[in-house]
Amino acid sequence: MELYSLGISELSRMLEKGEVSAGDITASVYKRIDAVEDKIKAYVTLTLADALKMAEEADRDITAGNKKILSGIPMAIKDNMCTRGILTTCSSKILKNFVPPYESTVTSKLIESGYVLSGKTNLDEFAMGSSTENSGFHTTRNPWDIKRIPGGSSGGSAAAVAADECIAALGSDTGGSIRQPAALCGVVGLKPTYGRVSRYGLVAFASSLDQIGPITKNVMDSAILMNIISGRDPMDSTSAPIDLPDFASVIGMDIKGMKIGIPEEYFLEGMDPEVEKAVKDAIKTFDSLGAMPVKVSLPHTGYAVAAYYVLATSEASSNLARYDGVKYGFRAEGRDLMDMYMRSRAQGFGAEVKRRIMLGTYTLSSGYYDAYYKKAQQVRTLIKNDFDNAFRNVDLILTPTSPTPAFKMGEKTDDPLQMYLADIFTISVNLAGVPGISIPCGFTSENLPVGLQLIGKHFDEETILKASYAYEQSTEWHKRKPNL
Amino acid sequence: MNISIDHLARLARLSLSDDEKKLFENQINSILSYVDKLNELDTSNVEPTSHVISLSNVVRDDLPGTSLGREEALMNAPDRTDKFYRVPKIIE
Repeated sequence: MELYSLGISELSRMLEKGEVSAGDITASVYKRIDAVEDKIKAYVTLTLADALKMAEEADRDITAGNKKILSGIPMAIKDNMCTRGILTTCSSKILKNFVPPYESTVTSKLIESGYVLSGKTNLDEFAMGSSTENSGFHTTRNPWDIKRIPGGSSGGSAAAVAADECIAALGSDTGGSIRQPAALCGVVGLKPTYGRVSRYGLVAFASSLDQIGPITKNVMDSAILMNIISGRDPMDSTSAPIDLPDFASVIGMDIKGMKIGIPEEYFLEGMDPEVEKAVKDAIKTFDSLGAMPVKVSLPHTGYAVAAYYVLATSEASSNLARYDGVKYGFRAEGRDLMDMYMRSRAQGFGAEVKRRIMLGTYTLSSGYYDAYYKKAQQVRTLIKNDFDNAFRNVDLILTPTSPTPAFKMGEKTDDPLQMYLADIFTISVNLAGVPGISIPCGFTSENLPVGLQLIGKHFDEETILKASYAYEQSTEWHKRKPNL
Repeated sequence: MNISIDHLARLARLSLSDDEKKLFENQINSILSYVDKLNELDTSNVEPTSHVISLSNVVRDDLPGTSLGREEALMNAPDRTDKFYRVPKIIE
């Protein structure tokens, strides 16, 4: 067994016992990167020199008897989280040379916990997309079939975890950007409750929806990372002042009597039959573990994508106004200040980002605000109420994560709306602000992973993790690895 | 779409080519007609949600602390003098 193929908890035990060193683990992960990265292209920036330094420091800590929770664990960070002194590009040409002068809160917490940064991973430019095909640099490949996309926008992080090019990763999720790539790559991806994790240092896309979360090889590792990254942060006024549980304490508890809601709106006419079968088999597994599947209804599900694309693009058009070629980022020459702004943005942003800025500018423009933005906010209320109502009767809601397995590169790039509909099962969760996880629940006949989504109540990631772990331990899906 | 694509591009501070304008106009129109399905719902008595968790007036004590130094703030500037960001001339 190669070290790079293991998870956080196994490696931590080995480090504790002195069976391996942090240097050994980093060397193993980099050996793997050298072997497969040409095929997968998960990373935008590899940080070998920093990784070696951090691993050395971890070994010093361990030798001195000060082993920390993540000492010596190489992790990949989505390239929209600021890492001080290390390139942070958002996979955008406009930030191609941006070196943050400060550290994001989540990565500060990882540093305090002793982690090793393996590198910064690829994404759809500014996290806008579902395939990494909108990256300003390159498309990441799905490790299970390199002709297919890994999902997005955190496709680089999910592919890096699935291909064992890191031990775990962080992603961010605005409409499904952690869960959908986790499903398509066969790994575990958790989007925490809005407000659970600080967004300080996360490059903003849609501020009322964005949330950072872990992408891992198993559920236990997800709980370990949640313990580290969660909590109120004075630097993010939207992070919630709520007491933190020990997320790992629920691992291994039984789920007898747990009520799991199955929303009929998520099992659509014409959905991929292999995805449907894998998810329905998973419901039977939950039943056999003593949980009680119950029918629920989320009647406004069909309006979520429409509401999302108004709200997310409106917020994006406002957030991305900061890229003006003055304080940082790409600048083009112009006749005057206005011309410089317009050319810098036109040359620096890719097509999807421009399209969304245009759409958001329209929906926020004078005279259309009520018809689009306010209307979408009202529909958001209805979608949130759907979840509140359903959660009066159930502890969790179970759905497919994505209506299809990984699609082929180029399949949806011509029609933005088709690409948006890839997120049909994940978007409502962001609108309602509730937490959701994707865990592996099967494979198609073409050996492509299928993911199962479990959605919880606000600030109840514990129930999600408890149920996910119970399911994971009764199946073998998470043990499969792609042939690379 | 009831705004000219040129005006919209200017509001968004994007100088677009004619091909881009045509493409975006078509795509935005098709996305907007999809978004029109929101009008199937009667929301006349529904409060808008801008934020899912109810936090208001988040304040901290007014204490001095450290902040980004000048050199750090300027280090990513595409054009600068020793102390300032430099931009094209604004006042004739």
